[in-house]
Amino acid sequence: MTETLDPSKRQDITLVTGVIGSDTHIVGNRILSMALEEAGYSIVILGALTPADEFIKAAIETAADGIMVSSLYGQGELDCRGFRELCVEAGLDDILLYVGGNLVVGKTPWEVVEKRFLDMGFDRAFPPGTRTPEVVEALDRDFAARARGKRTADS
Amino acid sequence: MSGDASAALLIDFGSTYTKLRAIDLERAEIIGSGQGPSTVTTDITVGMEAALADLEGRIGGLPDFTYRLATSSAAGGLRMVTVGLVKELTAEAARVAALGAGARLIGTYAYRLTASDIAGIEGHSPDIILLAGGTDGGNDEVIRHNARVLAECGITCPVVVAGNREATDGISARLDSAGKTAVPTENVMPEFNVLNIEPARAAIRRIFIDRIVHAKGIDRAAEMFDEILMPTPEAVMEGARLLADGTGGQNGLGPLLVVDIGGATTDVHSVAAGEPTLEGAIQRGLPEPYVKRTVEGDLGMRHNALSIVEAAGLDTLASEAGLTRDRFRENLAMISGDVERLPETDEERAVDRALARAATLIAVRRHSGRTETVYTVMGPAVAQHGKDLSGVGAVIGTGGALVHGIDPAGILAKACADPNDPESLRPRAPRLYLDREYLLYACGLLGTVEPKAALTLGLAHMHPVAEEEHGNGRSSVAG
Repeated sequence: MTETLDPSKRQDITLVTGVIGSDTHIVGNRILSMALEEAGYSIVILGALTPADEFIKAAIETAADGIMVSSLYGQGELDCRGFRELCVEAGLDDILLYVGGNLVVGKTPWEVVEKRFLDMGFDRAFPPGTRTPEVVEALDRDFAARARGKRTADS
Repeated sequence: MSGDASAALLIDFGSTYTKLRAIDLERAEIIGSGQGPSTVTTDITVGMEAALADLEGRIGGLPDFTYRLATSSAAGGLRMVTVGLVKELTAEAARVAALGAGARLIGTYAYRLTASDIAGIEGHSPDIILLAGGTDGGNDEVIRHNARVLAECGITCPVVVAGNREATDGISARLDSAGKTAVPTENVMPEFNVLNIEPARAAIRRIFIDRIVHAKGIDRAAEMFDEILMPTPEAVMEGARLLADGTGGQNGLGPLLVVDIGGATTDVHSVAAGEPTLEGAIQRGLPEPYVKRTVEGDLGMRHNALSIVEAAGLDTLASEAGLTRDRFRENLAMISGDVERLPETDEERAVDRALARAATLIAVRRHSGRTETVYTVMGPAVAQHGKDLSGVGAVIGTGGALVHGIDPAGILAKACADPNDPESLRPRAPRLYLDREYLLYACGLLGTVEPKAALTLGLAHMHPVAEEEHGNGRSSVAG
């Protein structure tokens, strides 16, 4: 049985959300932000058209525990390249990074896409059609694992 | 002058002059003006007495003043250092708060203060330090570090603590126990991208009144006025706010912009919400205050004439003044070497006009918001940074280059939108005004006690700049 975070602890965790790059698709990100907020997490919402460095600056100032990057327009791979390195550079070495949306254009199998983003340093990648409770569940498991010194629940 | 009518004396202890405006409060009219030298470095009362004698000579006897209120920009103005965490976030919020309090910024710092940063701050010996960093519940480690090194260093000035609230008590105690004066207040950015600068502004103003005025020796003239209320730039801002918003059912001019071209800096104030007017524009970056002040330290008619040329280009300025490059350069050398110089020949006036036009253009462009077209797979989208001032209906010019120079309309036209620079959100079709009697500071001061009279006075004395003044010179000569 995997350990999961006590929901009352969610408020101590700050997450930054936003849509990366020249991407104006805000709806999915807004739904996600609202769901996370409703679950009790503290959310910093950056919205659409957010450059990578703005996620990191917001995370520094708010001492965020995780960054949730959305990308819907097919260029996520280009926008997200070097994201983990930027975090390390800013002293956020171990911040939890999730990415989700329509991450690539075309018919690449999800496993390939997922591996590509995990290799880039994201802790989890989510395919199109993911429901918000799945994200909350993953966060709960990962932050419970982090409380015990592990990086994620799967590591 | 009879003693019956109520009158106000409004004083500006400036860096060069001590200026007075006497106002008839019932008629909301200027009774007269007086001027003396600035003697703050020796004994401020000397300049004040000279200014009062000048005023008395002009109006024949001084009335009993109901109010005697003062501002000050003497002895270097309110010299401040700001410290924040991320440059674009809390460090920027701290900078905006200090500028909004009428400060002159002599150093702005972000992230952890290093040993050389501290040496720099000690070298500047500021009047006040504003220490921010972290949203409430956010990062507190950096502001604690910065407070510790400030506590251990040699500075003695008050420190306004306006960062992450969880760290404020500890930081204040730490500073106090090291013999510094900590003034805790609310966070300048309590939540990400939420600006909360009023509490910090109020704390800065309080320190200015309680301590700085004394430290600079301005209270030596305390017998001659009731109160120093604020630094001069803040009084100009408050005057602009009153003129824009109106008071007690009396309408003002609506959203406006003030351009103040000085010898060392060019200040721009906007009183406007600045929300996007372009359909579909997406606002990006830190929200900006309704009353916003920017100071361009590299744009000044004398001390910083050379850096105006650096920013605008020698060729542009020379051709604008109708001079060769060499001739323009000679003029520049002369005015930079003699910063008190007033133009005497047509050529010198043309040089000043070109410099003032360039300073106005660059300062207002930096102050105003910009749009940026982002090409997305769904087509182009517009992102807006800063305030959209395109709908601003009034631009007020002040400062010697505008008031005494030729072609104020041509200079203020540079504050307006330009079809060749469509991304800069400057006022599209504003009415242009001149603050010819230098009354904005007086309106700001008077507004604290008699807002209606201050507004009437201000509205009556912002002179519309007509197109016929747009030309080669002293229009009155022809008439």
